[in-house]
Amino acid sequence: MKLVIKNGRVIDPASHTDDRRDVLVEDGFIAKIAANIADSVDETIDAAGCVVLPGLIDMHVHFREPGREDIETIIGGSTVAAKGGFTSVCTMPNTVPPIDNQALVRFIKLEAEQGPINIFPIATITKGGQGEEISEMGELVKVGAVGFSDDGKPVMSSIVMRRALEYARMFDVPIITHSEDAQLANGGIMNEGANSVLLGLPGIPKAAEEVMIARDMILARLAKGRVHVAHVSSGGSVEIIRRAKSDAVRVTCETAPHYFALTDDAVEQHLSMAKMNPPLRTEEDRQAIIAGLRDGSVDVIATDHAPHPINEKMQEIEYAPFGIIGLETAVPLIVTVLVRENGFSLLQAFEKVTINPARILKLDRGALQEGAAADITVIDPEKKVLIDQAFIASKCKNTPFLGRELYGSVEWTICGGRVVYRKG
Amino acid sequence: MTGLNRKDLLDIQDLSLDEINLICNNARYFKDLFTRSVKTVPVLRGKTVCCLFYEPSTRTKLSFELAAKRLSADLINIAVSTSSVVKGESLIDTVHTLEAMKADYIVMRHAVSLAPHFLSKNIGASVINAGDGFHAHPTQAMLDAYSILEKRGSLAGLHIGIVGDIKHSRVARSDIEVFNKLGAKVTLCGPPTLVPDEFRQYGVDITYDLDGLIGKLDVINMLRIQKERQKGSHFPSIREYHRQFALTNERLRRCKPDIIVMHPGPINRGIEIDDGAANSANAIIEEQVTNGVAVRMSIFYLLAGGAPLEGIGE
Repeated sequence: MKLVIKNGRVIDPASHTDDRRDVLVEDGFIAKIAANIADSVDETIDAAGCVVLPGLIDMHVHFREPGREDIETIIGGSTVAAKGGFTSVCTMPNTVPPIDNQALVRFIKLEAEQGPINIFPIATITKGGQGEEISEMGELVKVGAVGFSDDGKPVMSSIVMRRALEYARMFDVPIITHSEDAQLANGGIMNEGANSVLLGLPGIPKAAEEVMIARDMILARLAKGRVHVAHVSSGGSVEIIRRAKSDAVRVTCETAPHYFALTDDAVEQHLSMAKMNPPLRTEEDRQAIIAGLRDGSVDVIATDHAPHPINEKMQEIEYAPFGIIGLETAVPLIVTVLVRENGFSLLQAFEKVTINPARILKLDRGALQEGAAADITVIDPEKKVLIDQAFIASKCKNTPFLGRELYGSVEWTICGGRVVYRKG
Repeated sequence: MTGLNRKDLLDIQDLSLDEINLICNNARYFKDLFTRSVKTVPVLRGKTVCCLFYEPSTRTKLSFELAAKRLSADLINIAVSTSSVVKGESLIDTVHTLEAMKADYIVMRHAVSLAPHFLSKNIGASVINAGDGFHAHPTQAMLDAYSILEKRGSLAGLHIGIVGDIKHSRVARSDIEVFNKLGAKVTLCGPPTLVPDEFRQYGVDITYDLDGLIGKLDVINMLRIQKERQKGSHFPSIREYHRQFALTNERLRRCKPDIIVMHPGPINRGIEIDDGAANSANAIIEEQVTNGVAVRMSIFYLLAGGAPLEGIGE
């Protein structure tokens, strides 16, 4: 099976390539990247006007399987990811039961074999995600866990976090923190500030996130461990991480598209569709997140894709669950907000969803190189997409971006040399 | 202008100054009605008012019921205990039931802020907010404004103090908005744990010193203090709260002689207000209750498209 992608603009952040090239795919691998490839092939993709990227990586998704297959499944979620341009995702382990043993990691990998894209499971930091005893990290890494996280809940115990950071050093995998002081968050549901006061909704102060990030930076230094901070939402958090990086703490972090695209002004209009944890913050924070992405303090963009059924979201805002879907809106938001509105180069923007997460998780992905697995995403950054019910393939359509028209259309997604999505 | 040109009454923020004045002017005529032997008028005959209270309430619920009955509406009461919200039917399913029953007005009280806004987006009936979470209590604010207007003729230039748990108070938020619109100066008073600085965005002053404030006030509105806030460490003890922020008899003596003392009820006597102060000639706490019925009649009437009244029954 031979396939060539012709006439596209190849953007490979790993090698700082931004050039007009053809890409030849043969038997699941990238055989050649060159100008004017004239080999005879089984399929030709004309990527004129499009950008050819390494297959995108989302290191933070929730696919709900095992436990809530009624909401989303590994295969269903993978199909949605392929449509969003992602060829690799990391599933968070806060399923029912949580992914804290070898059998469950193997189950996810086995399911993923039937799906269109690669899944790299993340396992829990602690047994059952209970925050008390660290999980069998060695066993879990052996069968394919690429990182550890109790995402959804913080590890409130500092001694447990210290031990996890120390122990994981053996395997050189990151501890991915859900940094939130649960007591300071105090049952809040939106950012604490001017808007929460006006709306009379219980607030989550930025301090709930920032004190835990500060703690985790200090613990990472003590433990000489490797820490990756999930879903950074506040300017203060970016500042703490920037400083820790300059102090040589082994830290990386991610933000989600909604934190650079929206503020808590969205809550009044979108109600529970704008409810996620951490919550949308202020314009000042949004600007600080963008500045952090620009100067490299924020390494990764990950969606925190969190499907919830509409009947659970269509409740009073306090009763509705936290979280929004993100796989299908990620590329349009990156292109619209970062590239078009904030002048990011494509290289700069897309390293956050390709080589950067690959390096953090030591994945053999995220670069367009001869000999590499043929994971390739072709997007048209000038083409508009209307985010409406018909556009969203996800079974759950819980997103505040419905009705928005954005730039950046995913045209083809190729995983392991196979076209897993093509725009109709 | 005929009536209120709106489907719902969700918060004060939405209301124009004209609408606020219209509600108050008409309330006067409905209040006159209370002195007659026949207190009903056929304004809402054939209309169905549904009271949907997801939180316990005595005076607000009674007040709405009485207002609807005096306007000759058919009244349905759905008492929902807090526990059945968690276990039972979702709000959206309840809404569909009410739609099927063709309710015209839904009066809703809910513990969650913005729940009436959520309801109004999903139902054709008029939604009247009878208090949502910490967010808004527009009919209480309207009756508070009306009660002051009745005494002073205007709110312009009056200095109104709101004292107590501002943070968790929907009454405070709606009062601030209506008092601002009517030209009063508002000062909030309570401990910093219950008076977040973000309230300054309303253009109000904040003080933690009640003794320094009381002599300047024309109106003082004492909010109910909820004892469970002490467990949340918002203040150390009821005793200390009383010492610092209660309207004691002694403090009342240091107020302007004609100060208006208000309380949205229910009162914790001896906690936020002393017996003597609550029963003093300055207190209009019971009149607030009477006015509440008139103001709510006025709101129903205007939402139904009623024209400004010049006098009723003539």
